[in-house]
Amino acid sequence: MLDFIVKRLLQVIIVVFLALTVVFFLIRLSGDPTTLFLPPDAPREQIEEYREQLGFNRPLYVQYGEFMINAVQGDFGQSLRSGEDALGLVMQRMPATFQLAFAALIVSMLIAIPLGVLSAYKRNTLFDRVGVGLSVVGQAIPNFWFGLILIFIFAAQLQILPSSGGGSISHMILPVITLALYSISRFVRFTRSAMLDVLNQDYIRTSKAAGATTSSLIMKYALKNSLIPIITLVALDLGVLLGGAVVTEVVFSWPGVGRLLHQSLLNRDFPIVLAGVFIIAIIYAVINFIADVLYAYVNPQIRVK
Amino acid sequence: MNATEVMDDQINKKTSKVKNFFRKLSRSWTGMLGFGIIVLLLFLSIFGEWIAPYDPMDAPLSKGLLPPMTDGHILGTDQLGRDILSRIIVGARVSVIIGVATAVLAGLIGTIVGVIAGYFRGWVDVVLMRIVDVTLSFPFILLVLVINAIIGTGLTNIIISLAVAGWVIFARVIRSEVLALREKEFITAAIATGVSKFEILVRHILPNIFTPIIILASLQIGTYIIAEASVSFLGFGVQPPEPAWGNMLNEGKDYIFSSWWLITFPGIAIIITALGVNFFGDWLRDTLDPDLKGE
Repeated sequence: MLDFIVKRLLQVIIVVFLALTVVFFLIRLSGDPTTLFLPPDAPREQIEEYREQLGFNRPLYVQYGEFMINAVQGDFGQSLRSGEDALGLVMQRMPATFQLAFAALIVSMLIAIPLGVLSAYKRNTLFDRVGVGLSVVGQAIPNFWFGLILIFIFAAQLQILPSSGGGSISHMILPVITLALYSISRFVRFTRSAMLDVLNQDYIRTSKAAGATTSSLIMKYALKNSLIPIITLVALDLGVLLGGAVVTEVVFSWPGVGRLLHQSLLNRDFPIVLAGVFIIAIIYAVINFIADVLYAYVNPQIRVK
Repeated sequence: MNATEVMDDQINKKTSKVKNFFRKLSRSWTGMLGFGIIVLLLFLSIFGEWIAPYDPMDAPLSKGLLPPMTDGHILGTDQLGRDILSRIIVGARVSVIIGVATAVLAGLIGTIVGVIAGYFRGWVDVVLMRIVDVTLSFPFILLVLVINAIIGTGLTNIIISLAVAGWVIFARVIRSEVLALREKEFITAAIATGVSKFEILVRHILPNIFTPIIILASLQIGTYIIAEASVSFLGFGVQPPEPAWGNMLNEGKDYIFSSWWLITFPGIAIIITALGVNFFGDWLRDTLDPDLKGE
């Protein structure tokens, strides 16, 4: 097990290292980076001065080396607008994004897992068909549009919930529902198929024949075993939620990393973009790593591979 | 058999293939619905300009923000007085072009990488799959957004951004298909009889991975259409005044408290499109290759 963990941890480090490299070259590939780092209306002297100051006139490998050394130390430079430390700004917004993502994750699990279990148990009944149908439609709905519709209904028409901002529970309700929509659809389908797999196993038939009650059959035997793949998916989805929160945060003006990144992209404030992308890549890699270790822990077959 | 008989025979084979397709399609209502929606979309994206009741760019300010069913505007007008139905009809073309072009481009890159990685294995495989891992370590929408912000907005650039972020799915699936194929006996036999590597690739591997490529591409199109709408909604991607569903939603969001029709109808157009493409893709997968269902 320890071998497996060390191996996977090394992979995480390599992926993060490569991710940084990709981001560095992506920015350089797009031409003179000075123009990216400055507002489009900057005067020529300022561009020259800035190029000198940021060292863009030096060889590429020197720049790359310096970028990596600084990045490892968490130094991505300063925001071009406010002059504040880029990584610091990103970290400030992190709690709000986590708050939203975790709340959405919990809400979608609470709704989707019981629905998926019931759907599997009542396979091919009307309940199952409606459940699966709704989850298919749910996956086709762009979540920013769903958010706009929620704002229209609950903020504009009924006026019972705020349409934007953060700070209170009532501010969280609409963005959490919006963000949870996609996960709910995925979880329902996934829980259903994981449950169906287990329900078809011999030991379920045996315990049924031995007189196990429906509820104990589901809770004690089937759900326990189908939880393994579900946990993995849930862990992976936290990454999707954290990153996918960009659109939702913009719709609801939620003060998280996603909205910060969006504003920085619009303002061409690339040090913040670099820092944000770096943090998200790390979180993503770490979540994947935890999901893998969790999976290997409950399913020993994986460790050997 | 004389020449005309041979030709008749070929025509019969072709019509029976088409017949076969529709016979299989008619067994699934979701497949039929999906196919119908796709046909409608293709029709709109070709003939949209002639069908649209109004010029989608014509903006008589005095007719701004008319609610649906007023003055002959079935779905109302936007803040500039442009007819929403006409903009949705003409905007279908952008979604179709982006969905299909991205699927082709991402499919092409992904297939080339997947085939090389799966066929040659070794360090080439390791390097290519690490690149795939890195790309997958960014959320899809965020990656598309960042690439688009760097290379610039517009139709071509949004297709490139989507493909650069999207090819990895193809590379993964195709690689595992090729890995499995390589172990098959007919490939081993071909290698043993001295068929060149290139010939094995072109004559034996490629034809056998064609089906999974088509299935995957059809399933990805819906994702690309929604992603383009999201990116355009965020102010990148396809820029106004060109009518596209995503930027219609972007412009309409400022009027959400007064004029609901600006955001409602383009969104419904996106959902119907995504559903149609997904239904058809699911049907295609179930019909051509039921084994893929688990993935």
